[in-house]
Amino acid sequence: MTSIDLARVQFAFTSINHFFFVPITIGLAFLTALLQTAWYRSGRADYLRLTRFFGALLVINVAIGVVTGIVQEFEFGMNWGAYSRLVGNVFGAPLAMEGLAAFFLESVFLGLWLFGWDKLPRRVHLLTIWAVSFGSALSAAFIMAANSWMQHPVGYVMVNGKPQLNDIWALLTNPVFVWGYAKVLFVSLVTGAMIMLAVSAWHLRHRGEPEVFTRSARIALIVLVPAMLFTLLVGDELGVIEGKYQPMKIAAAEAQWTTCQPCSFSLFQIGGGNNDETPTQIIEIPHLLSLLATNHWNGQVVGMNELQAQYSKQYGPGNYVPNVFIQYWSMRVMAYLGALVLLISLWGLWLIRRKKLETSRIFLWVAIWSTVLPFAMNTAGWLLTESGRQPWIVQGIMLTKNGISPTVSVTWLWISLIAFILLYGTLGTVNLILMLRYSRRSLEPERTETDPHAAVPAVQY
Amino acid sequence: MNHLIPFWFIVIAILWTGFFILEGFDFGVGMLHGVVGQDEAGRRAAINTIGPLWDGNEVWLIVAGASMFAAFPGWYATMFSALYLALVLLLISLIIRGVAFEYRGKRDAARWRRTWDVLLTVGSLLAPLLLGIALGDLLHGLPINASQNFTGSFWDLLQPYAVFTGVTFVLICLQHGATFLCLKTTDGMRERSWLAARRVAPFTAAAVTGFIIWTHVTASTAFFLNVIELLAVLAAIAAAWLVYEHREGFAFAASAVTIAACVVSIFVDLYPNVMVSSTNHAYNLTVYNTASGAYSLKAMTVVVIIFLPLVLGYQTWTYYVFRRRVSRKEFLPREPASDVTAPPAGSGERSESSAAEDARPRPGAI
Repeated sequence: MTSIDLARVQFAFTSINHFFFVPITIGLAFLTALLQTAWYRSGRADYLRLTRFFGALLVINVAIGVVTGIVQEFEFGMNWGAYSRLVGNVFGAPLAMEGLAAFFLESVFLGLWLFGWDKLPRRVHLLTIWAVSFGSALSAAFIMAANSWMQHPVGYVMVNGKPQLNDIWALLTNPVFVWGYAKVLFVSLVTGAMIMLAVSAWHLRHRGEPEVFTRSARIALIVLVPAMLFTLLVGDELGVIEGKYQPMKIAAAEAQWTTCQPCSFSLFQIGGGNNDETPTQIIEIPHLLSLLATNHWNGQVVGMNELQAQYSKQYGPGNYVPNVFIQYWSMRVMAYLGALVLLISLWGLWLIRRKKLETSRIFLWVAIWSTVLPFAMNTAGWLLTESGRQPWIVQGIMLTKNGISPTVSVTWLWISLIAFILLYGTLGTVNLILMLRYSRRSLEPERTETDPHAAVPAVQY
Repeated sequence: MNHLIPFWFIVIAILWTGFFILEGFDFGVGMLHGVVGQDEAGRRAAINTIGPLWDGNEVWLIVAGASMFAAFPGWYATMFSALYLALVLLLISLIIRGVAFEYRGKRDAARWRRTWDVLLTVGSLLAPLLLGIALGDLLHGLPINASQNFTGSFWDLLQPYAVFTGVTFVLICLQHGATFLCLKTTDGMRERSWLAARRVAPFTAAAVTGFIIWTHVTASTAFFLNVIELLAVLAAIAAAWLVYEHREGFAFAASAVTIAACVVSIFVDLYPNVMVSSTNHAYNLTVYNTASGAYSLKAMTVVVIIFLPLVLGYQTWTYYVFRRRVSRKEFLPREPASDVTAPPAGSGERSESSAAEDARPRPGAI
């Protein structure tokens, strides 16, 4: 492998892993804050027990989410030196702001929340978990602003061949950012709620505290259904926006080599890829691609061949087509799994209405295994976004192959890649084992003291 | 001349200094937790002195890195790709250290905990060593060519001055952590922390003196030390003396000043360079040839002026909330059969809860 391949594989590997933990943190922090608010307002012991229970799962993930995030920040300079040098003054600004405005907030208040149960007044302690939730969501905002700038650069002027930031507000109102960020927030809620639903379902299946876990399953479903619905709607709009700024990404997602109008959407295809321009597309739904890509019944989708010709003229000779196989299938995996999650959650909601949730063993089984769906969906979504930007590292400004650190050797890249794979593999496994173990624990017993205002014990390492 | 360029150099120096003052004692506690806390309860007590704090402290490093990226992209790009393997090792250290805090208490098995203890100790030792090497390399110089690219190998990073800087940082962190533990623990642990501080202090003072002289000779042609360098030496000697005098609070303050003055010395002696080229001084990276555009600096200045005081405010509050000493007794397993008992209101609840904490498997606890 060349150094470009190695640097790309490493970035993909560490980002995909990092994004396993990010949505859990954002989603579960919000849900934990919700549970604690319910406890604060109602005083019901069940809510406190659920807060402590799901808070434990949150904390296991935050640790690994934070440390894998540090890797991301260092990687730009380590592996993508030329990129960092060229665009640092635009791309770096949101990262620095993220640290100052969001990451400090999240980390400091997580310590306060975890260890502050018996030291802070209840109202203040409740605010600390909301600060964690807010901080984690804000953190994602800055990162998405930076990432969206790579998809659709705005707010800069070129000075001596270097982009110079001249409008930070443009960065924060970039349509790719606004919609992409909304999608990340909703998908985080989906991920968090799905974990909560699955854990509750496991306990219901094993007949542990049905009353409490029916309650948490209900909360999870009430969050899950709208969150998933909005994820799909926002994702659809994001597709239209990306179609406008990155038409190649969307054309590749449908393996659309030739321009079409109106365009149909194929459910499956056999063959395809960059060397096969005539795959066998199965079950074509007329007009659907036009709708998805342009919001119009008869919208036109420009094909990759035409875009390739246009880009070659504009940017010089080269191959501007991303990996079509990845685009086509990641788009479908993402969309189909999203639809599946929505169906499962609607099924759950219906069971709740019929008061049959805790007894429907099939649903509970499905819900438990559905935990993997959001993760597969999120990964597919990022593959679609990031692989679809190729060959650009910043759309229209810099090619990925020009972005790597010129002096970092292939040996160094191999060493770091193997080190990260071994480390992430080990820690990911440990994390998974701990998550399973803690998910299957029974709730803390109800507190027996007569004084409802007695302090709740703090959590300690 | 854009005044924001030197301003951002100062901000970055402040962030690195803040990081070392705060995370410095975390590293020290990480290295010493096995020495000071001699059994499981003691080790847990030691770790819990920094439990609520370490995560927020570590963010200083992340913000320092991100600020270098944003304000001096050229510096960030050259430094991070030059220090490549050292940074890979640093990341591994920080990662295993971070998860060690979180995971070691999650299973009640002696081997599990011993494993995380070892990883915590090693990670806490390697991190300041590598960061010291990195900062030392900036000042001493690395082979860098005209296009600001590093042309050396991994071994170029390990020059004697840089390694000595790393060792000095490890020693200061050890002493800083030991005096921190003096302030935050009780009884036998407090005694042992003090003993550790006493053992380390003379070596730290000697190392800091050597480091400052070496730094001065490397970076300056003047005969006398500058104010900051002098301060570092005096603070290190004062810290050692205060440790022998058994003045815990002042000793901790002195070690904080020592660590701060050492970091600031590097930055003061570096300015206006940010990375020295050992190939040719004409290729030095300076604040001016690596800085971002005026607009980015202005936008970030607004953000840093608003948020840094805010961060300092709530972080200080955290230290106030967790000002109490942590006692080993809180972590002793009391009645193994007892379940989580209802803690009485008031100050007694900590020992109650933690006793219950040790009686694992304990349902539902975080």
